[in-house]
Amino acid sequence: MKIEKINILNTTAVPLPMEDIDTDQIIPARFLKALTKEGFGDNLFRDWRYDRNDQTIENFVLNNSKYAGQILVAGKNFGCGSSREHAAWALNDYGFKAVISSFFADIFKGNALNNGLLPIQVNTDDLNFIFTKIEENNNTKLSINLEDQTLSIGEWQRSFDINPYKKMCLLNGYSDLDFLLSKREKIEEFETKQLIY
Amino acid sequence: MGKTLFDKIWDAHIVESIDGGQDIIYIDRHYIHEVTSPQAFDGLKERNLPVFRPNKTIATADHNVPTLNQHLPIKEELSRFQVEKLTENCKNFGVELYGLGHKLQGIVHVIGPELGMTRPGMTIVCGDSHTSTHGAFGCLAFGIGTSQVEHVFASQTLMLSRPKTMRITVNGKLQKGVGAKDIILYIIANLTAAGGTGYFVEYAGDTIRSLSMEGRMTVCNMSIEMGARGGHVGVDQTTIDYVEGKEHAPKGENWNKAVTYWNTLHSDIDAKFDKEYTFDAEDISPMITYGTNPGMGIKIDNPIPSELLNASEQKSLDYMGFDANESLLGKKIQHVFIGSCTNARIEDLREVAAFVKGKQKADHVSVMVVPGSKMVEAKAKAEGLNEIFEAAGMEIREPGCSACLGMNEDKIPSGEYCVSTSNRNFEGRQGQGARTILASPLTAAAAAIYGEIRDIRSLI
Ligand code: SF4
Repeated sequence: MKIEKINILNTTAVPLPMEDIDTDQIIPARFLKALTKEGFGDNLFRDWRYDRNDQTIENFVLNNSKYAGQILVAGKNFGCGSSREHAAWALNDYGFKAVISSFFADIFKGNALNNGLLPIQVNTDDLNFIFTKIEENNNTKLSINLEDQTLSIGEWQRSFDINPYKKMCLLNGYSDLDFLLSKREKIEEFETKQLIY
Repeated sequence: MGKTLFDKIWDAHIVESIDGGQDIIYIDRHYIHEVTSPQAFDGLKERNLPVFRPNKTIATADHNVPTLNQHLPIKEELSRFQVEKLTENCKNFGVELYGLGHKLQGIVHVIGPELGMTRPGMTIVCGDSHTSTHGAFGCLAFGIGTSQVEHVFASQTLMLSRPKTMRITVNGKLQKGVGAKDIILYIIANLTAAGGTGYFVEYAGDTIRSLSMEGRMTVCNMSIEMGARGGHVGVDQTTIDYVEGKEHAPKGENWNKAVTYWNTLHSDIDAKFDKEYTFDAEDISPMITYGTNPGMGIKIDNPIPSELLNASEQKSLDYMGFDANESLLGKKIQHVFIGSCTNARIEDLREVAAFVKGKQKADHVSVMVVPGSKMVEAKAKAEGLNEIFEAAGMEIREPGCSACLGMNEDKIPSGEYCVSTSNRNFEGRQGQGARTILASPLTAAAAAIYGEIRDIRSLI
């Protein structure tokens, strides 16, 4: 898959202040039967967006026309549970380019990075600050600059961490695979020396 | 300074360390299943690449398969397509498939160990978070996403950053009726659903050592439920005895060499971990969950905690229909599910059978027993366990993930309670609106017989 390059985002955000949002909520298992990576956005947070009779659940944030944007802001331990990469595909397909949380589950974070979806970790105070800002004004713009590793709202600015290798991949739209394929000789050499039983 | 088990295996698999703190890690064993592999095979096709080392990948169909009438075509169209796609991809790319109808088919994390394809010291991955199960063998085993499945297909390696290490030590004698599942639910309740994030866990201590391989697999299986990258147990005689004689285990001179190497696969005495926890086995009671993440667990005779509920916890209790401070003992339940990669091995079924023998399930409860694999199913039959289950009014199904994940036909109806031996109590995990209470096989068996939550300690 081609990974879209990302560097600068400047957008409103959608607040979802729940903690421990697992990938079964992001995309329920019954929608994992597809054979491609497309179309998962329709079922993003399916059971929070629609009830069992497919009626819209009005008070869920994605159904609230006040909130829109390319950034999802969520409570701690976002993306825990199942390793399904479909969760990252669904967020992407829906139109999100970044997720901000105070804590990400490991596998989700890796999956997001492999799909050009930027996970940005901030501390709890900063996360609360962002939630408050959006609550005060749903048109609050958040800016992310990947090159500089900064997240800002107006004058307020924080820097965030990202693995330098992953940053390079995201800025250039590279995937690990390009790199691993270039290491074929090394891999074959490793195989001749490896002791396995 | 000595090395941890984790470091020993990781270091032995570094193909190259690159700038930016990443290592290229060689993967010895790659398990795949129908749900998380199709897009990865497509990725290979797009780039016109073969599977680099097809003999290191093993496939099975488990998530989407029905557990009734497996000899008939799968009724649900999309599930059938996915399973057929797996068959087609395996054929085209030369990957061995233990598919539906194969006499060794089963849940991926059950069949790998029982066939001897999971062996000490290996790096093992699968597009499935419960790959941590294989850590019971002193492996470095963890779940990956579909992009990484493609990377392993194409290069037999992954680009990874080294996690931190954590040791969880459990010492002492377990109470009667308390087992491996209770140990891990207890640990997760203490550490929370995020307590292990960023870490790879080693389980140690005499209580862990005293567990069978099946018990160790149950513990390692749920490492992901506290967010850990994986979990493992050092190799000892129990490990080696289990592997010996398995179909794919080394034989003859290779066996001796392997055992010599495997005996080095434990943390050195002076090894340092980034984090350590120690628990006392005697403090562990039969455990159950009351909420919608596996960290929301309590001792079965404790009330649901009431301190400072935040919005997420309140939402969780509302979903479950429980109140803070409420005791779950005596709570009526409608379903019991005995299955999944956590607790569907022969030892689990034996334990349940021993308890239900001569008893009858409660009238208002439906009980499903789903063996983890064809091999477990055959053993259960041969040992007469099926007759015991049938006599108790419990339904025995064919192997698969079944009601663990609400993807195939086996689902729990909305609003109803299911005491489940699986590993996740997320909202809707067992079907839309289903309310899952995680527990050990023994606690589930007691719920089946009495139709309510009971403390197993007073029943055996
Ligand atoms: S049994 Fe459940 S947890 Fe295990 S692999 Fe299947 S779906 Fe996943």
